[in-house]
Amino acid sequence: MDDSQVLTQLTEIIRDVLNNDTLTLTQETVAADVPEWDSFNHINIVVATEVKFGIKFKTAELEQVRNVGEFVALIERKLDQKKG
Amino acid sequence: MLDLYWLPEPVDWKKLLAAPQQGAELWSHLVGTANTRLDFVRTNQLDNLLQRSFPNEPPGLTTRPIRLAILASSTVTHLLSGLRVAALRRGLYVQTYVTGYGQYQQELLDPSSSLHRFAPNVVLFATDTRHLAGQAEGEVDSSGTEKVVSRLADLWKTAKEAFACQVVQQTLLPIFPALLGSNEHRLGSSRAYRVAAMNTLLRKYADLTGVDLLALDASAERHGVDAWHDEGLWLKAKQEIHPAAAPMYGELVARLIAAQMGRSSKCLVLDLDNTLWGGVVGDDGVEGIVLGQGSAMGEAYLEFQRWVVDQSRRGVILAVCSKNDEANALAPFERHPEMVLSRSHIAAFVANWDDKAANVRKIAQRLNIGIDSCVFVDDNPFERNIVRRELPTVAVPELPEDPAFYARSIADAGYFEALSITAEDAERTQQYQANLQRESLQANATDLKGYLASLKMELWVKAFDQVDLKRVVQLINKTNQFNLTTRRYTEEEVAALIDAPDAIGLHFRLTDCLGDNGIISIIIGRRNGKDTKMAIDTWLMSCRVLGRQVENACMNVLAERAKHLGITEIVGEYKATAKNGMVKQHYEKLGFLPLSEDPGVGSVWRLELANYTPSETFITIREG
Repeated sequence: MDDSQVLTQLTEIIRDVLNNDTLTLTQETVAADVPEWDSFNHINIVVATEVKFGIKFKTAELEQVRNVGEFVALIERKLDQKKG
Repeated sequence: MLDLYWLPEPVDWKKLLAAPQQGAELWSHLVGTANTRLDFVRTNQLDNLLQRSFPNEPPGLTTRPIRLAILASSTVTHLLSGLRVAALRRGLYVQTYVTGYGQYQQELLDPSSSLHRFAPNVVLFATDTRHLAGQAEGEVDSSGTEKVVSRLADLWKTAKEAFACQVVQQTLLPIFPALLGSNEHRLGSSRAYRVAAMNTLLRKYADLTGVDLLALDASAERHGVDAWHDEGLWLKAKQEIHPAAAPMYGELVARLIAAQMGRSSKCLVLDLDNTLWGGVVGDDGVEGIVLGQGSAMGEAYLEFQRWVVDQSRRGVILAVCSKNDEANALAPFERHPEMVLSRSHIAAFVANWDDKAANVRKIAQRLNIGIDSCVFVDDNPFERNIVRRELPTVAVPELPEDPAFYARSIADAGYFEALSITAEDAERTQQYQANLQRESLQANATDLKGYLASLKMELWVKAFDQVDLKRVVQLINKTNQFNLTTRRYTEEEVAALIDAPDAIGLHFRLTDCLGDNGIISIIIGRRNGKDTKMAIDTWLMSCRVLGRQVENACMNVLAERAKHLGITEIVGEYKATAKNGMVKQHYEKLGFLPLSEDPGVGSVWRLELANYTPSETFITIREG
């Protein structure tokens, strides 16, 4: 899966969690740009992403993520590890 | 993963959420949507719609609105949507209140607190494991453990006195790692053992004080602690319960509330063939059904019957709803040596060829119970869906394909949640049998046409070939009920019909939006040389697809093919057997005229193809 495919799926997940069908995300988007993306929803986004992709993030990995692009890269890394 | 796997998948989720209705109609739409298999994200989405649509109780609500107060020692806000949607699933409207963080004792003890102003009618103590049993090893002994529970029990008493309502205490999730291992109980002061000891004490105190338990420990035993709890989320957000487990948490709480309101299901309505035993008794005979020792499948059905009988002993009413001739349906109850269920366990026994929605209505009326207290168990997705469509308040669990998991799956669905057992429960089946009411005259109101149209059925016609030969031979030799002539043929005899100039051999496969039913009907026609008359040698069909216009669609195909071969007249024969009474009028129904009849032996019918008007059906014909 490449960047844009992961970003598309992630956007779908975040739209569902935030109940916002028109939300668009770019690699540069940060949580603070999206009004509904508070700490409560942040956990739901992480958990929903784990369930959807069948992966599990480490606590430390999540602390380093600063924007959507880095989250996408992390997801890809986890998917690669799963394959390997 | 914790998953409400007994509920059917939602169809077209975005459309379900768009919900154009209003008022009571919208409420029923939301209840219906809540009765699908929702993960936590969808549960949140549905709850969002629920909250926006009904900030106050919906108009015409027939149940008491629930005011649920959650006395929590850690984060629970992520569980609220699961709670509200699980209540919605049961037609219950819930407003929730959560005590301030770390404030539950103070709010309970202070009569002027916002908890008291909320005036709950259900109180849930959602105390997390670390809060009650978190002190380090060695800090408390067993008397200390009991002190914690008895102090908690004092709070239950305070809640009962203040609000005079149902009080629920959640048991402790076994989240602590062991220090010794299998013999952890020998280190009475370990936290892992303390949790187990405390759960035992909670049961004792709950029974003494009339408090109901939410047994998270039992669920963790069944589904695994990791499905319920994630250390990382505890550290990050003080969530003891994993957000993905919220729908199940809500489900378990809603069952307790519904049970307390007398709204648990009361009656288990059971199909027979391939549900209580393997095979089709009308075709296979009492000796031929799969039931009993000697095969894994036979034992699986036996074990399911045992579970059903146990449910009946503790007060669940049993009913049978089978598409069968009554005599065939009763035969295993009367004659099969390994049946665990007996006729006397069954309060209402309905076996006929009507649609099952009509029969479930009949059962509810006969037993004089609400139709919403029935649970309909059937291995056939066609039957499950017609009941769901026609009777949306009937609980219809999906069934796993393997009968070994039938009991587990219905038990996981928790329809029959009960809070106590009375002597009356155990006698219930007898009472209902004694009180059987006269059959209602209410018309059968099932919208069968609408249902059939919604199935998008396709009938795939194919001339006999090598590929499907084995299945065709099998059907020819085992079908007894829908079989006009009951002629049996060997594989060689059927193979000889492939490409034979003086015969038509057709098999029919039925697919619909629920899946592929496989090859379900066979017709063999024969003629002499280039004669314009064709005789139907064999016409048979699996009873599984009865009542779906398949025979009409097959007739349309046959007429079309025969015309193509220059045939002008078709002759059909009915040869009576002990088992094929259901097709006595088959040719008459298709528009054939009688040629001769020999009572008890059979009849012969003819059809001029020029006079045949194809039947209108909801089935699309496909070649291949």
